Amino acid sequence: MEELILSRWQFGITTIYHFLFVPLTLGLSLIVAILETIYVRTGNEMYKQQTKFWGKLFLINFAMGVVTGIVQEFHFGMNWSEYARFMGDIFGAPLAMEALTAFYLESVFIGLWIFGWDRIPKVLHAVSIWIVALATNLSAFWILTANSFMQSPVGYVINNGRAEMTDFVALITNPYVLYQFPHTVLSGFVTAGFFVLAISAYHLIRRTHLDFFRASFQLGLIWSIVSLFLLMGSGHAQTQFMAKAQPMKLAAAEALWETANPAPFAVAAIIDEQNKTNTAELKIPGLLSMLANNNPNTAVKGIKDIEQEYIAQYGPGNYVPAVTPVFWSFRIMVAAGSLMLLVVLAAGFFWWRGQLEERPWLLKAVLWSLPLPYIANSTGWFVTEGGRQPWIVFGLQRVEEAVSPSVGAVSIWISLVGFTLVYAVLAAAAVYLVQKFVRQGPGISSDQPKQPAAKGAALWS
Amino acid sequence: MELSVLWFILLTVLFIGFFFLEGFDYGVGILLPFLGKNDTERRVIINTIGPVWDGNEVWMITAGGAMFAAFPHVYATLFSGFYLALFLMLMALIVRGVAFEFRSKDENQTWRSTWDLMIFIGSAIPAILWGVTVTNLIQGVPINANMQYVGTFFDLLSPYTLVGGIAFFLVFTFHGALYLTLKTEGDMVARARQAAIKAGVFAAVFCLLLVGLTYSRTDLFASTGAGIALWGAVALFVAALRAVYRQRFGLGFILSSLTVMLTTIAFFWGLFPRLMVSSLNPAWSLTITNSASSQYTLTIMTVAAVALVPVVLVYQGWVYWMFRKRVSAKELEY
Repeated sequence: MEELILSRWQFGITTIYHFLFVPLTLGLSLIVAILETIYVRTGNEMYKQQTKFWGKLFLINFAMGVVTGIVQEFHFGMNWSEYARFMGDIFGAPLAMEALTAFYLESVFIGLWIFGWDRIPKVLHAVSIWIVALATNLSAFWILTANSFMQSPVGYVINNGRAEMTDFVALITNPYVLYQFPHTVLSGFVTAGFFVLAISAYHLIRRTHLDFFRASFQLGLIWSIVSLFLLMGSGHAQTQFMAKAQPMKLAAAEALWETANPAPFAVAAIIDEQNKTNTAELKIPGLLSMLANNNPNTAVKGIKDIEQEYIAQYGPGNYVPAVTPVFWSFRIMVAAGSLMLLVVLAAGFFWWRGQLEERPWLLKAVLWSLPLPYIANSTGWFVTEGGRQPWIVFGLQRVEEAVSPSVGAVSIWISLVGFTLVYAVLAAAAVYLVQKFVRQGPGISSDQPKQPAAKGAALWS
Repeated sequence: MELSVLWFILLTVLFIGFFFLEGFDYGVGILLPFLGKNDTERRVIINTIGPVWDGNEVWMITAGGAMFAAFPHVYATLFSGFYLALFLMLMALIVRGVAFEFRSKDENQTWRSTWDLMIFIGSAIPAILWGVTVTNLIQGVPINANMQYVGTFFDLLSPYTLVGGIAFFLVFTFHGALYLTLKTEGDMVARARQAAIKAGVFAAVFCLLLVGLTYSRTDLFASTGAGIALWGAVALFVAALRAVYRQRFGLGFILSSLTVMLTTIAFFWGLFPRLMVSSLNPAWSLTITNSASSQYTLTIMTVAAVALVPVVLVYQGWVYWMFRKRVSAKELEY
């Protein structure tokens, strides 16, 4: 049905846009907080400039993350009203908690931070960006808690035709979120690290503001290397957990049609979804068993067997996700991650030897790797969400049962086109501003001496 | 007290907070192109709400989240039923939020005037749509036995709901103008006062119209409390207008705040125990009973709200205190 397809496109587009801006803010807020803390502790003006420069770029992204997030909150009711009815008892709670514990903090203290320079004590000013950073990451926890229930429901009963919460603690300690949260947050840290590295590399290539961007590069390098290793570790842990919790998603991500012992890892494959087979594949024997179970001599279940199990459990139906895009998304994500690791390790090696700036090709490689974390983030989410199909809530509700019956195709077309166009224009404006400030470099306009603060009249006079 | 009743009250409180706070910052946004003659003046106007608008908006986000958690059927029926209206509102809020952040980040005049226009549109549309929404809720909309909205976008627009939209728009403009009299300096204060009087006079007319139509079109006055609250709001509004005329701006702002709060109370009181009235059959209305979450979820949410809402009030109030000074054109570093 047309409404279903349009609603899925609308959700996909608005979510991808939202998640283009959010990961950077998860990490960059912390980097800015660290820079400002160094400034407050040392009194070194250069770190104040660092805070302001990266802070400005943070704010542009933050604004985009916030406004695209508003749509996220409301479209569950708009396009997926039957999902909202079925899941409100469970999904609404973390969403309301997100507002109460994170959104208020973020939005109130970001205002204090933006307008509080030279107006409130330095320590308090630094504390406000820390509050923003922690609240932003806490916000990620709540929304991932909600998402994790959709992936792997816990702590509920089905009552009166809807899912009702029976155990809040189980909801927030859902094993799924314990794997998903670190992986998602770390992907944000890596995004921020590469953002700092790429922009610093740009200036190091042009040999402008050298001291400033050497300091940024160093911080970005340490930050990125640490986050990347943690990210890969958490990704591995999540894949192993997925093997147990969502075997179909794993099998789809590997295009493993038949159960195999030991299971090979397909580096690339030509997938024939119609006939449920791969017409050609390039594979490494035993590697998938190794990845899934830490043991090359173990079995990994294939799509066909899992499908039979689901038919036995949930009745007749199609339980196989779109294998080709999930398979390739997973590979693109891993490849992007590996490239990032290669780039930062090479950059780190020459930095350590003090020879990085003699190697403009490497600096250019760092600059041109900026899209990699964004590609990895989007494809990673595609695996998570696409691999769960046909379920919107795993085992409980299918996507086609979740769509709003009262919303017609024309309405969804209007919103689909409207959001896409407006988001595109705003994203272009954001990119324009970011590149403008990046080119301009630090401290040109804000270096001017401040006008002496006028004695403003009090509010109630 | 039943938890569902408590959540009805909490939802009312969230909307009171939202209309009171965003009410004046919508008003400030609406007045931006009319009161700001040059770039510096427009920056001054924006800076009066600059540090706080985002926190104000979270009251709406929280109300949305609370509705999802406490009354999922209302969340589902309202947002899918009012689909295009909500879409318009979201678009407005998106461009508005970005405009505040992007506007001063480039010197180009076209760039700035475009974002200023976005702040105006982004403030005017939600102000009108909230009036349309609130009046639709109490007047009743076609909801069938399966809790589904069966009307179209144009069914939401009737003489009554349009009057509601215009009345909200004008009251928020008045409220915003009063806020500006307290937060700006010199010449701007006098101009804000003029704007408040103009908007206020029109608002008074539309408020009386709104009360009259509410009497004939809805059953709000069946509840004595709601009726008293609505008449009380009108009386306070007239008093606020008088205070502005006599240049007692602090008092005027308090009175206009109370007007907004009391109007919100009146409409929610009139709704109780319903949240959405069905125009097809009273029995098909969404009530606190048939649309609420489970007792367990409501309990968890109650604990969270009771613990956190006071904390939010404290730090949000504190930030208002930190920025209590009037905005001067001499310190516009941002």
